[in-house]
Amino acid sequence: MSARVGVVTFPGSLDDGDAARAVRVAGGEAVRLWHGDSDLHGVDAVVLPGGFSYGDYLRTGAIARFAPVMESIIDGARGGLPVLGICNGFQILCEAHLLPGALTRNSHLHFRNRDQWLRVGTSGTAWTNSFETDQEILVPIKSGEGRYVADQATLDELAANGRIVATYVRGNPNGSERDIAGVTNEAGNVVGLMPHPEHAIEALTGPSLDGLGFFTSILKHLAGATA
Amino acid sequence: MARVVVDVMLKPEILDPQGQAVANALPRLGVSDVSSVRIGRRIEIEFTGEADLDRVREIADKLLANPVIEDFTVHEVAEAADEPVPAGDPS
Repeated sequence: MSARVGVVTFPGSLDDGDAARAVRVAGGEAVRLWHGDSDLHGVDAVVLPGGFSYGDYLRTGAIARFAPVMESIIDGARGGLPVLGICNGFQILCEAHLLPGALTRNSHLHFRNRDQWLRVGTSGTAWTNSFETDQEILVPIKSGEGRYVADQATLDELAANGRIVATYVRGNPNGSERDIAGVTNEAGNVVGLMPHPEHAIEALTGPSLDGLGFFTSILKHLAGATA
Repeated sequence: MARVVVDVMLKPEILDPQGQAVANALPRLGVSDVSSVRIGRRIEIEFTGEADLDRVREIADKLLANPVIEDFTVHEVAEAADEPVPAGDPS
């Protein structure tokens, strides 16, 4: 039986369809979850997709964080449920304090939409075990508020403990502190990523197939967990 | 009815590119003596009865501000003093 990976749809989510498709292409079963339903329907992992949940009102992710589905996801994540937040999903995870820091307006104020090289900082998470540490990958980025910030002590701690999941290489698109593109929590089950791996899973539409690694990673992780 | 105002500002150490963009536009207005502009958010909350400042602080801490990057202040405004003072009228 293939692993069941939930993909949440909030009002204003954009990339839930692509995220679900990425789960399927990787070989998993995508289960669509609705923001207003606190039932996670027995999924083994959750993806919070990109988009503009609640119109980005107040702050990106600030209102989505209080959606009924998020209460269950926050409880689950604290108990080890793997959660990947992509772009707006990353913003939601920071607002929910499942990940440290915050995502702020790009330093140059421009929305950035381009293919972006990343260096994978650690293969030691539920979502990155298919990569080699220091592997360079190419995935699209498309965000206006992608600049990762945290206080220096937090940044030092993230760096020292291998919790920087990905950094921007060959150009920082948004002024992110220490070129951070993604971080993980202490346990390594919650990952936030500003670029969009779900858009880099097929040669027809993506700049590479590199993004698929995040989705094969979670299936590998779940297979290992049940073995 | 009581009205409470919450002012939310980015912490001083957090870059405010919007504020910088505004500051950089000021010379076009002939203003050259401004050294910094920072942009925040003002939120007005009306209670049906008595204002509950503790509850407002809780709302601000949980939702209106993100304590990771923002500070907030809370104050109650009196009904009569609530009208904004007309600005730019030299008379």
